[in-house]
Amino acid sequence: MEWKFRSDLPIYSQLVEQISLGIVSGEFPPGAKLPSVRDLAMEAGVNPNTMQRALQELEREGLVYTQRTAGRFVTEQIGVIQGARRTIARQSARIFLDDMKKLGYGREEILSLLEEEKEENHGDSGV
Amino acid sequence: MAILECKGLSKRFGSVQALDNVNLTIEPGRVVGLLGPNGSGKTTLLKLCNGLLTPSAGEILIAGAKPGPETKAVVSYLPDKPYLADWMNVGQLMDFFADFYGDFDRERALDMLAHLNINEQQSIKQMSKGTREKVQLILVMSRKAGLYLLDEPIGGVDPATRDYILDTIIRNYNPAAAVVISTHLIADVEQVLDEVVFIRNGQIMLQSPVDAIREDKGMSVDQYFREVFKC
Repeated sequence: MEWKFRSDLPIYSQLVEQISLGIVSGEFPPGAKLPSVRDLAMEAGVNPNTMQRALQELEREGLVYTQRTAGRFVTEQIGVIQGARRTIARQSARIFLDDMKKLGYGREEILSLLEEEKEENHGDSGV
Repeated sequence: MAILECKGLSKRFGSVQALDNVNLTIEPGRVVGLLGPNGSGKTTLLKLCNGLLTPSAGEILIAGAKPGPETKAVVSYLPDKPYLADWMNVGQLMDFFADFYGDFDRERALDMLAHLNINEQQSIKQMSKGTREKVQLILVMSRKAGLYLLDEPIGGVDPATRDYILDTIIRNYNPAAAVVISTHLIADVEQVLDEVVFIRNGQIMLQSPVDAIREDKGMSVDQYFREVFKC
């Protein structure tokens, strides 16, 4: 997993975002055991307490759970993962629509733009 | 109990006020960045914590005790200048550390040295600057100390070495110990820190969690530092 951090947001919330994305995209599949806090912190190059905080937040959201002795696991509840997927998709859509608005695009223009792009990318993205 | 506590701490060198009424508390389990421009008092503060200097006023407590032989068993210190005898080889240095510090973990040091392909016969003299800095850090981090004081551990080394050093700090993270890293290379260390302390002209300006600065200011600690310390 590649970790990237923006400078204008807290590190822990970016960790939450990136691990969620890892879960949604299947990089951390349902039911998979997560690496230890220390290993994840080292991989991301962040403070272990910050990683711990991010994992606690993911636990609160239901995407991961802790088994007392065995460690942390990705949830097996597909519904929760689907919910997270939808949340991330909506966020991306909102950012996209904001950008389009700044460019002066209206509803019709945006839709036809999406159609055009879909045609062009048909081969490689499979959309 | 706080692992490090400074109360009304001041240090004067003749007419120069190096530290001015510093009040600072650092809890175990924290990785703290001591950030300030050159000459702001960072090294003076760390030397006071080590008992290498004595306060002009106020006091320092390390795990509740004044700096002395007992606190030296608790504090693992990386000075800002090379300090290892350069005629020694790595094996001799490990013997030296084992003699001086009861908490030196030779296995841990050997493991980290092996990772870097540094063998025990290599002498400090034969090493590049970057390798020397890595060896110093490995020795210091191989102690099971309660407080690690690292004075500019990433100054003057290449970015890959810098990453290795920060990695080593995370790898050896211990919830019962605190790490204080003094530096002005903030962008590089920001991600590994819990909190930062800004110091200017010998005074503490701010002590705050990294993510609280990012949350409140909408900018990185590095950017915020540049704003606060703008010349």
